[in-house]
Amino acid sequence: MVEYFLTHIWPVLSIFVHSLAILVVLLVVIAFLLLLDRKIWAAVQLRRGPNVVGLFGLLQSFADLLKFVFKEVIIPSGANKFIFIIAPFVTCTLALAVWAIVPIDEGWEVANLNLGILYVFAISSLGVYGIIMGGWASNSKYAFLGAMRSTAQMVSYEVSIGFVLITVLLCTGTLNLTEIVNAQKTSFGMFGWYWLMLFPMFVVFFISALAETNRPPFDLPEAESELVAGFMIEYSSTPYLLYMLGEYVSITFMCALTTILFLGGWLPPFDVVPFTWVPGFIWFILKTVFVFFMFGMVKTIVPRYRYDQLMRLGWKVLLPISLGMVFIVATVIFIFDLYPNAA
Amino acid sequence: MVAVVFFYIFAIFLVISAVMVISARNPVYAVFFLILAFFNATGLFILLGAEFLAMLLLMVYVGAVMVLFLFVVMMIDIDLKEMSRGFLQYAPIGSLVGIIILAEIIMVVGGFTYDASLITTTAVPIPDVAEISNLEAFGLLLYGEYVFFIELAGIILLVALIGAIILTLKTTNKAHRQDISVQVARNTETAIEMVSVKSGQAFSKNDTIKMNKKG
Repeated sequence: MVEYFLTHIWPVLSIFVHSLAILVVLLVVIAFLLLLDRKIWAAVQLRRGPNVVGLFGLLQSFADLLKFVFKEVIIPSGANKFIFIIAPFVTCTLALAVWAIVPIDEGWEVANLNLGILYVFAISSLGVYGIIMGGWASNSKYAFLGAMRSTAQMVSYEVSIGFVLITVLLCTGTLNLTEIVNAQKTSFGMFGWYWLMLFPMFVVFFISALAETNRPPFDLPEAESELVAGFMIEYSSTPYLLYMLGEYVSITFMCALTTILFLGGWLPPFDVVPFTWVPGFIWFILKTVFVFFMFGMVKTIVPRYRYDQLMRLGWKVLLPISLGMVFIVATVIFIFDLYPNAA
Repeated sequence: MVAVVFFYIFAIFLVISAVMVISARNPVYAVFFLILAFFNATGLFILLGAEFLAMLLLMVYVGAVMVLFLFVVMMIDIDLKEMSRGFLQYAPIGSLVGIIILAEIIMVVGGFTYDASLITTTAVPIPDVAEISNLEAFGLLLYGEYVFFIELAGIILLVALIGAIILTLKTTNKAHRQDISVQVARNTETAIEMVSVKSGQAFSKNDTIKMNKKG
């Protein structure tokens, strides 16, 4: 009986508790990141931002949550009800699902997959379905146009993200996220992380991550000035909340992935005493918030791209750069015999 | 035990969704059912220990190919009456192709079950899962054993890619193209033109030229 419990029920229970822990912490963190985003935006525009609910407006996101939840769900009569309702759930679930493999500290993840990067890539390539389903099911021209734009945009930028991931994999020789972080552990401290070694790819990844998550300046799917709210136009109340939540979860995930791939995950910037005292997950959170801050700054200072400029940037600028870097990195590794130790 | 339960869950949903793909009235639903079928196939692959293939299926088929499918199906207005009219006409050919594929699958898979020694006759025997990781096995096979075929396939795809672009590329002078280098190279001399317009007269292009000549 005890053995059965240990082999069958305990692992399931453990995964459940792990998932619950990461979900709760993640959602609370995202509530404050949302506030941070709005505060940064306000500060750049010399406004105060949300400052009424709670101390310094700290509880604004929770107030928004309550507001969304208590509003009436309106489903357009011409909409395809089932797909209309299920679409935001798809977005949100997929966005949360990728967090299962994010190592916040050594061994702090729900699942330590050997094909971690592939899992990330597979799940994030599905994210487009939530948008295209919502856009189609809304039975509205604006929503459909927004969904079309978004699909084309996400498919385009996924290509360059894929090549960025390949260069990182060439340097680490593994697809496991934990091992990718450990591969950046050198005696150079923060200068041994990949942001310096693969600086062009770091920039390409940052831009592609903005486009992939529909963040400004690439928020064409929901361009307020022309498409009102894009694929979300017919959504209200909780389904809308789920879309927004899914979007911010995937933005945070992209920040975390940037941290893991280029900023050394949970590693301290220098391997000396005052830095090593700080626990790894604090470093991870600090780095992720730093990347999020950069995301927020881009939102405030860069004007929105026109659609053809977006496509041009993706296919004619980022793709050749990343493709070239794959070639260069592979050649350097081949010539100087720098093969990483195979796992 | 658990694996068997999951196998039946995935298998049943796979078969149901595969049937729904061809019987769904709405073509968009058919595509969604096809996506569901791929998902269940992914589950089956994972149960078999082929995680790499599973992820590839999810990434390539669900993440890219089906998105394009969905695009096309949503964009064009498909008349179902028109489509179902030729059903009986094409049914014999369709079922013949289906039967041939089924027979081939039974021959390949059933052959191994019938005579286990047949596995050793394959050109490259399948290594044990515990012996080598999925990814490594694929890599060694594709970029070691069959590297020339991979390169050949790559070249064919490249030709297809260029061909598709050439076929659809229409070069017209009417389109306004944005040339970033020209925009960046602009400065105050080339961007601003000082013009003196005589009062009571409309501005014409000739004035500019005169003005420029005067210096």
